[in-house]
Amino acid sequence: MALSHLAASASRSSSLLKPLSSALSLRRSISGDNSPLTVETSVPFTSHQCEAPSRSVETNPKELLTFFRDMALMRRMEIAADSLYKAKLIRGFCHLYDGQEAVAVGMEAAITKKDCIITAYRDHCTFVSRGGTLLEVFAELMGRQAGCSKGKGGSMHFYKKDSNFYGGHGIVGAQVPLGCGLAFAQKYSKDETVTFALYGDGAANQGQLFEALNISALWDLPAILVCENNHYGMGTAEWRAAKSPAYYKRGDYVPGLKVDGMDALAVKQACKFAKEHALKNGPIILEMDTYRYHGHSMSDPGSTYRTRDEISGVRQERDPIERIRKLILSHDLATEKELKDVEKEVRKEVDDAIAQAKESPMPEPSELFTNVYAKGLGVESFGADRKEVAFLREAMHDYSFLQMEKSFYALSFIAQRSHSSVGTAHPVLIYPGLYWEDSFSTKKEEACA
Amino acid sequence: MLGIVRQKMLEQSLKKIPPAVSVLRSYSSAAKQMTIRDALNSALDEEMSADSKVFLMGEEVGEYQGAYKITKGLLDKYGPERVLDTPITEAGFTGVAVGAAYYGVKPVVEFMTFNFSMQAIDHIINSAAKTNYMSSGQISVPIVFRGPNGAAAGVGAQHSQCYAAWYASCPGLKVLAPYSSEDARGLLKAAIRDPDPVVFLENELLYGESFPVSDEVLDSSFCLPIGKAKIERKGKDVTIAAYSKMVGYALKAAETLEKDGIDAEVINLRSIRPLDRSMINASVRKTNRLVTVEEAFPQHGVGAEICASIVEESFAYLDAPVERIAGADVPMPYAANLERMAVPQVEDIVRAAKRTCYRSESREIDSQHCGGRS
Repeated sequence: MALSHLAASASRSSSLLKPLSSALSLRRSISGDNSPLTVETSVPFTSHQCEAPSRSVETNPKELLTFFRDMALMRRMEIAADSLYKAKLIRGFCHLYDGQEAVAVGMEAAITKKDCIITAYRDHCTFVSRGGTLLEVFAELMGRQAGCSKGKGGSMHFYKKDSNFYGGHGIVGAQVPLGCGLAFAQKYSKDETVTFALYGDGAANQGQLFEALNISALWDLPAILVCENNHYGMGTAEWRAAKSPAYYKRGDYVPGLKVDGMDALAVKQACKFAKEHALKNGPIILEMDTYRYHGHSMSDPGSTYRTRDEISGVRQERDPIERIRKLILSHDLATEKELKDVEKEVRKEVDDAIAQAKESPMPEPSELFTNVYAKGLGVESFGADRKEVAFLREAMHDYSFLQMEKSFYALSFIAQRSHSSVGTAHPVLIYPGLYWEDSFSTKKEEACA
Repeated sequence: MLGIVRQKMLEQSLKKIPPAVSVLRSYSSAAKQMTIRDALNSALDEEMSADSKVFLMGEEVGEYQGAYKITKGLLDKYGPERVLDTPITEAGFTGVAVGAAYYGVKPVVEFMTFNFSMQAIDHIINSAAKTNYMSSGQISVPIVFRGPNGAAAGVGAQHSQCYAAWYASCPGLKVLAPYSSEDARGLLKAAIRDPDPVVFLENELLYGESFPVSDEVLDSSFCLPIGKAKIERKGKDVTIAAYSKMVGYALKAAETLEKDGIDAEVINLRSIRPLDRSMINASVRKTNRLVTVEEAFPQHGVGAEICASIVEESFAYLDAPVERIAGADVPMPYAANLERMAVPQVEDIVRAAKRTCYRSESREIDSQHCGGRS
């Protein structure tokens, strides 16, 4: 069933070319220009409760070359992450996005950084498309200070608030109501922007999704729910999990659009359409028909529930990078060698970022206790051995100490120096911004600042 | 249908509000009285007025004027964009509220009772509490979850649980439990102003009770610090630490104990997380005896945590084992006599305090309170 529309698109590529400008005889530089180009999507859009947008997508050489480069970067990044995981430099969970790059790249092309994106745990590429750097990605995966969450989040918890990327969520489906909440806040603040809440075919059956959709439709929130249908929820194929795997129709009264998620231009067109729709009419569902080459995560070989033929079939027929490569070559926007050079550049970028990330140190031990709250208020955070904290607390009578640089080594030095007698307990924060509160006074002022 | 059932329970419980506690308190002058309901309503009103980012969300908070009338008048005053009636979908609307908080607006989410918060607990813990830490400070979550918590009257097992211990165990949350109107006003204002997720545990049976409030409390800038307990009654023989409705019971117990020559110090915890360990420890170091009181299930509860804190920090100061008075270890029964046995009563607190003082009554088996084995 998953292979039903793996129709050979290679033969269609010749029919996709309808450039407006005829002066294409001169070779363009690899950076491309902005002269308009119209390309048809691989397949028409299928719609539910709305008029589908046109198959003809406006683009330009620069955009296509950017698509190529960005997707090649993402692909290389994910494959490198695979190697790092096998080398045990990445621990825990690692969910790779290779195969699905067109969704991240196409979406970004249709929106601005003021629009919000929220996704689940397969978030590395989405983070990069929102402006995250390779160093931040690899350092976070390896749990280092240079990571986007300073090593405290891990693979599933990438965030970039300044570009309105809200993560990075480990609980399947939870990001959908959160995304509708972002849309609510955008409407509340009158920002005229939208939120894209991404989820998979596995999450599409979650009850909270329908609760959030109901609220979004009731309150006309500018929420776009994007189902990245890669046809497998972990090891369960869509037809085994959903009575109706037509996810774009599952919104019932909410309109939906089915999109070829391996075609970055189709994704761009759909997201552009969805943004206009959501700002005027409230929520809409986009189903991106996509595919992941890796298993669900690094602990899943990905071949026990699907055949290797299927995987290689998709890679041959529908790979998003190959599609753009063929488009670029057939339009003479760059030579094969130039594209290969881009891939080499990108590979080097990735390797350099990994080397740099490996140099980044692990977080300071005192970071264990930071950011539990935005406003600590003299709260104690205990480590595994609470008595160790008790030692440190007694030593904190000396106010001048509090002005010192708060390194772990300074604290343990003080701990060794302190007495074991039981003194009066004063709570202190074991945060770098160490802070001692007098336990008997009622410090109303800073509490209510 | 659920709405009708909840309305009937509301009517039933409103009939059973006990008479107002009449204990002398040493507040500053001015004898103005205010109910908890009015205290909460005025706090919400003032905070919404002061900050346009604050908005309310919950079942029946708008047109119905609030299931317990806490949000009365706010829809008329602030309009439907800021006072939102939600469908009965806790997981959905709580997620929506947390997502809105990520963006930077300030939701105050009402759970009709905290029993229903269990449907949304993933969003409270995983989406709200942990996000500031996981994002290393990038995304803070300025949200308040409020509503009645704990036993009401005759509402049965599914509507009577106290969630203080559950939420207070989670780093990243702040958990507050007001007792008096001063607490209600001050703590709710602090909670709304706080940039972190706050779980605000009210008590349905206290909503109609009046407490004296000073001019300072009535001022719109009034605010209480989070993480600080209050000594409601100074004493020297035994410390009784309680929160929410049990503070009133503890104060009554203190009156009874006074007649027997035991001078009890009553601590109103106000803040379950962060717990004011230093105040409790300082008090126990003074009195050398401790009774903790809560309406919740005893196992892994607030009293257990306080006991652990005392043992860790003030063990040498204890003259008697810590006593723990809590709700019975059973789902809340409906029959009035069984329900009475399932929650602490003033006599239980008195008896426990006397045990810490090694008075002879400690071995008496009260026929109404025999400890059964299940």
